[in-house]
Amino acid sequence: MASVPRLCLLLSIIPTILILCADFACCNTGRKTGDGLDTDFSGFSVPLEHSFEVDDASRFRMRGALQLRGGRETSVSLSQSQLSEEDRNTLKEVAAVDGLYKIRVPRVSLTDRQTERQMDGYLTAFVRACSLVESHLSDVITLHTDVSGYLIGVSIVTIPGACRGTEVEDEVDLEAFNTTLTIIPPTNAPQPETALFIERMDIEHEKRGKPQEQKSFFAKYWMYIVPLVLFLMMSGAQDQSGGGAANGGGR
Amino acid sequence: MHPPSLVVTFTKKSSVKMAKLTSLFVILLSFFRISEAVFEDQVGKFDWRQQYVGKTLFAHFEANTQSSKKLFVATDKNIFASFNSRTGDLLWRHVDKTGPEGTIDILLLHGQDALMVVGDGRLLRSWDTNIGGLNWEAVLDTGSFQAACFVAIQDTVKLVSVLKKAAISLHYLSNGHQKWVENLPDSDAVQYQAVYSGGEEEVYVLGVVPNSHLTIIAYSLEDGEIIKQRSVEASWLSSVESSCVVIGQGVLMCVDPATLALYTLPIQAEETPEFSQILLQSLDLEVSPGFQPVLVSSQPHPARSPLSEFFLQLGPDHHVLLQLNADGYTIVPLRDFQPAFLVSFATTGKKTVAAVMTPKNETACAINLFSVDSGRRLLDTTVFFPLEPNDGKPHALYVHAFLKKDDSVGYRVLVQTQDHALTFIQQPGRVVWTREEALADVVTMEMVDLPLTGTQAELEGEFGKKAAIQDGLFPMVLKRLSSQVTLLQAWLAHLWKLFYEARKPRSQVKNEVTIETLSRDEFNLQKMMVMVTASGKLFGIDSKSGSILWKHYLENVQPNAAFKLIVQRTTAHFPHPPQCTLLVKDKDTGLATLHVFNPIFGRKSHIALPALPRPILQSLLLPVIDQDYAKVLLLVDDQYKVTAFPSTKNVLQQLQEMASSIFFYLIRSDQGNLSGFRLRKDLSTERIWEVVLPTEVQKIVAVKGKRPNEHVHSQGRVMGDRSVLYKYLNPNLLAVVTESTDTHPERAFVGVFLVDGVTGRIIHEAVQRKARGPVHFVHSENWVVYEYWNTKSRRNEFSVLELFEGTELYNSTVFSSLDRPHLPQVLQQTYIFPSPITTMEATLTEKGITSRHLLVGLPSGAILSLPKMFLDPRRPEVVTEHSREENLIPYAPEMPIRTEWFINYNQTVARVKGIYTAPSGLESTCLVVAYGLDIYQTRVYPSKQFDVLKDDYDYVLISSVLFALFFATMISKRLAQVKLLNRAWR
Repeated sequence: MASVPRLCLLLSIIPTILILCADFACCNTGRKTGDGLDTDFSGFSVPLEHSFEVDDASRFRMRGALQLRGGRETSVSLSQSQLSEEDRNTLKEVAAVDGLYKIRVPRVSLTDRQTERQMDGYLTAFVRACSLVESHLSDVITLHTDVSGYLIGVSIVTIPGACRGTEVEDEVDLEAFNTTLTIIPPTNAPQPETALFIERMDIEHEKRGKPQEQKSFFAKYWMYIVPLVLFLMMSGAQDQSGGGAANGGGR
Repeated sequence: MHPPSLVVTFTKKSSVKMAKLTSLFVILLSFFRISEAVFEDQVGKFDWRQQYVGKTLFAHFEANTQSSKKLFVATDKNIFASFNSRTGDLLWRHVDKTGPEGTIDILLLHGQDALMVVGDGRLLRSWDTNIGGLNWEAVLDTGSFQAACFVAIQDTVKLVSVLKKAAISLHYLSNGHQKWVENLPDSDAVQYQAVYSGGEEEVYVLGVVPNSHLTIIAYSLEDGEIIKQRSVEASWLSSVESSCVVIGQGVLMCVDPATLALYTLPIQAEETPEFSQILLQSLDLEVSPGFQPVLVSSQPHPARSPLSEFFLQLGPDHHVLLQLNADGYTIVPLRDFQPAFLVSFATTGKKTVAAVMTPKNETACAINLFSVDSGRRLLDTTVFFPLEPNDGKPHALYVHAFLKKDDSVGYRVLVQTQDHALTFIQQPGRVVWTREEALADVVTMEMVDLPLTGTQAELEGEFGKKAAIQDGLFPMVLKRLSSQVTLLQAWLAHLWKLFYEARKPRSQVKNEVTIETLSRDEFNLQKMMVMVTASGKLFGIDSKSGSILWKHYLENVQPNAAFKLIVQRTTAHFPHPPQCTLLVKDKDTGLATLHVFNPIFGRKSHIALPALPRPILQSLLLPVIDQDYAKVLLLVDDQYKVTAFPSTKNVLQQLQEMASSIFFYLIRSDQGNLSGFRLRKDLSTERIWEVVLPTEVQKIVAVKGKRPNEHVHSQGRVMGDRSVLYKYLNPNLLAVVTESTDTHPERAFVGVFLVDGVTGRIIHEAVQRKARGPVHFVHSENWVVYEYWNTKSRRNEFSVLELFEGTELYNSTVFSSLDRPHLPQVLQQTYIFPSPITTMEATLTEKGITSRHLLVGLPSGAILSLPKMFLDPRRPEVVTEHSREENLIPYAPEMPIRTEWFINYNQTVARVKGIYTAPSGLESTCLVVAYGLDIYQTRVYPSKQFDVLKDDYDYVLISSVLFALFFATMISKRLAQVKLLNRAWR
C-alpha cells in the first residue's frame, strides 16, 4: 500500500495541463521555441506558493513552479509536487474548521525586459479549504495580465465549488493536484460599429431605392413608343407603297 | 440627429382638443410622444427647483433710496447675481466658468454699472445692473490682479484703474477702452498692493518692499506719466493690503501689531519724509493678545476723499471708532464698542453712519446705528438679528442706509453667517428672508421615509412584542377597540377636512408643511431629503415642497473634509426613531468624527460614540442589526483594526458568530492596490486576497459596487426561442475604472475591471483603447454602463457591459461568491453619444419590475432620461425573427437625444454634480433629485404610470355611465317584470 505513494514521490514532478492563450489578433509567426531569436522569450519561472494553517495565519510554502513565457504568445505551465502526508492532514484539518487555502505568486512582468521583471509584492487569492478537499484537489488557477503584460491578479476556484460536508475517504485523491491553468489578457472593448451600420444602411437604401430610380422617359415608355414608332413607320411605308401601288394602278 | 440645445416640450393639454381644427398641429404632435412629455398644467406639480449662488464674497446694494429693491452679489462659485431684496428671489444670475478662470477678483458698483475683474485679472467686465446685461468686456494684459478702484475726473466718475503685479491700466467706464497702461518701476522687488484716487488729477499706487520701505508713485490721469515717486522708510511694514487704509485727505493709516502703534503718512505731501507714530497706549487702547488689529475705512464716493473716521478692531469682539484730526497726525477716539462682532459703514446722501452688531443675549444680536461724526447712537435704530443654535455665527454685515421722508436715516441689513446663509433684516427687526447658500454645494444626500401618523404608529405599537407579553388578553382587546375608535375618529376628521377644503377656492388652500404635520402619504411619495453640504451644514428638506424643515450646522468641519452619510435605522422600527450617521473625515489627517442624528427632526442623538483615535480607511454598513434595530457600522482604521458602532454586547456577540463570513475590501488608488480582508473573531482582520494594478501603466479613478437597496425582479431574460438567458447577479461585484498614465491620444486607454469583492477574482477585464476620461459610470443589476472620451474620433461614447450566466443557473437558490466557479458570459456594445455628460445615475424602483432608465446630467443643465433599452449589448446588427420577438431595437451606432426625454423641461440645473434616485411606494414611480448649483426634484415613470390613474381621469363620466347602466338595468328589470305579469294575465 505504502509503496505506491512513495513511487509517486520519486517521480515527484508531474507536468500539468498547459493552456495557451493568444492575446493579440496577430498571427503566430511560427517560430520554434528552440530558435536562437527566441532565447529572450524562452520563459522564466516563478514560484507558486500556498498556505493553509489551522489558525489561518499565512505561512507560505512552495507548491510548484510556474513557467511563464511572454512575447507574442503568452503561455504558462505549472510543475508541482504532490502533497506530503503531513500537508494532507493539515489540509483536512483546515477544511474541518472552514479555514482558507491561499495561494500567491510574485508580481512579475511578462514582457521581455529582464531587469524589470520582478517587482516587490505578491498577488494573493484564496479558496475555502473544504471545497478544495471535496473537489479532490481539482482547481482552476487563472492569471490576469494588464495591457503591458504585468501580472495583476490571480484567482483560484475549485470545480465543484461547494462545500457539502462530504468526507473524502481515499487518501489518494488528495495527493496530486489536478490543475487547470489559464492566463487571461484584457479583452478589447468594442468601438461603435459605424462601418457596418453604414453598409447596412446603404444596402437598405439600395433595396428601397431601386424601384424609385429615375428612368429616362424612353426607358419607361418604350413599350408604348416602340409600337407607336413601328406603327408610324409601317403606316408610312404602307402609304408609300400604297401610293406607289395607286400610282402604279393609275398607269 | 437632434440638436443638443434644449427645446421645451410642453404639449398643451387643452390644445389637444383643438387639434382637430388644425391638421398642422396634428402633424406637430405626432413628432412628440405625448405621453412622455410634461403637460403644461403639470409643471411644478410634482417637481420643484431651487437656485443658489454660493458663498457671498462681495455684496452691494442698489442706489441708496428707500424704494430700491436690488441687491448684487458675487460669490466663490464664480457667480454674479442679483436678488430682489424684498423677497430674496433671484432676479438674474450669471454663471461663469468654474475654477480659477472664472474667479471674481473684485466687484465695484457705481450707479447703473457693476465693474468686475474676473480670472485673476484676465478680464474686466461691466454689467448693466438693471437687466443684468453685459455692457462691455475688456481683455486685460497678463499679470496677477492686485487692486482696482474708480477714478473721478472733475467730480464725475469716468474711469476705472486696475492694478496688476507689474502694471497699472486705466479704462473708460463707458466703453471699456484702455486710456493708458504703464509698467510699474522695479516691480520685481516692490510688491504693489493698493491703488488710491481721491478725486484729484493723480492716481496713487502704493507698493511695499517687506520690512524695508514703502513706495508711492503718482501717475498723471491724463497720459500715465509718473509725476512723483518716492520711498518712505518702513521697516515694520510687511503688507499694505492687510494693515493699511487711506483715510481723510489722503492720509495713509497703518497699524503695526508688533509695536502696537498706528502710523500715519500723507500720501500727497512730499515734505513729510517719514511716518509719524501714534502709540495705541497713548489712546488708552489695548489689543487682545495674539490678535492682528484690523483697520476699516470708508470712501463713500470715488470723487471725494475718504472719511476721516475709521474703525480699529482690537480683538475678536472689540472695535473702536476713531477720528483723524484735520492736522493729519492726531487721533481722537470717538467710541469704544465692546463687545461688538461686526461693524460696517453706510452712506446715504451726505450722511454716513456706522452700523455695529453687538451680542444681546443667547438668542439674538442687536444692530445699532451710530453717527460717524460724533459717535452718538441714533435713536430708534435698533434691529435684532436672531441667533439660532443650528446656524453659524455672523460673519459679515452689509448695510443699506437710506434717508426717510423726515430726513432721518433708515436702513436694512444683510447678515452673512459662517454657514454661508444670507439673512435680510428690515427695521424694526423683522427677518424679511433667509437664503441658505450652503445648498449650492451639496456633497451627499439620502432620502428617508417619513414616519407614520400618530394613529398609524399607535396601531403599530399595539402589535409590538413587548406589549403583548406584558398585557393579558383582556387589556389587549380593550387596546384593540380603543385604537380602532381612534382610527375611525381620524378618518372622520380627514373626511371633514376634505369636505371643508373642497368648498374653498383652490388658491386659498395652503398645505403648510411643518415638522409637526409630517407624515407618510399613501404611496410614500413624500420623503425627507437629508442633504450634507461642503460647509458642514446639514439640511432636512421636504421632497414634496422643497421647504427646509430643519438645519444643523456642524462647526469645526475642515473645508476639504469628506462626508459619508449612512442610514442606520429607517423609519420602519417604531417606536425607535430613525437614525442617520454622518462620517466626517479630515482629508489631511484621515481622522474621522461621527455625527449621529434623527433624520426627521435633525436633532443630534445622545448616543455614546466610539473613540476614533486612528485614521479611518473604510466604513461599511452591515446587514446585522442590534436589539434596537440599528444596522451595525464597521470602521476600519489604518492598522486594519475594526471598530463597531453601535458596539453593544449583543452586536459584538453577533459579530463574533458571523466573523468568518464578513469580508471587506480596501482600495489604495495611489498604489494601485486592491485587497480583501476577512474579519476575525477578535475583530482584527486578515488579508486574504490582493490584486495590484501597476501605477506605471494605469491608475484607479473610481470604484463602484451595487446599491444595497436595489431589487432585481427578473432573474433572466426570455429570448426569442423561448429559452432563458440568466443574468449574472453578483451582489459583491465591484466595477473598477482605470485610466492610463500615458495620455498620448494613440496610446491612452480606459480600463474596466469587474472584481468580486469577496474573493478578489477578476471576473472581467476590458480595455477601451484610444480613450480617456473623465469616465462616468453606473453599475447596477447585471450591467455596467460607462461613458468616456474617444481620443481618436474626438467624441463621447457610451459602452455597456452585461453579464449573463448562460442558459443554465449554477445555483438558483442562493448566490455565493465562494461557490461560483464559472466565469459569466460578457456582452458588450458601444455607441456614440452626441453630447458630453457631467453625471449619470440609474432609476430605482421598489420591486425592480419597472424598466430602468439612465438619468444623464448634461452640461447644458438638462437631465436626460435615457431608456436602458437603448443600451443593450444584445441589440442585433441584423434584425431576425428572434430579435423582433424579443423587442430588441436594431443596432444603431449613434444614441439619440430626444428633447422629450429631458425630464426637467426648461428647469435647467446649473452645474449638475450628482443625481440621487430613490424608490417610492408606487412601483412605477422613482423619485429623482439632481443637485449641483441648483437643486431639482421630480418624479420619473420609466414604464409610464401603469399603476396610477391619470390626472385627468374622467371620474364623472365613468361614474355617470355606471349609474346610468345601473338605473337602466333596474328600469328594464321592472319593465320586464311588468311585461311578464301582463303576459301571465293574458
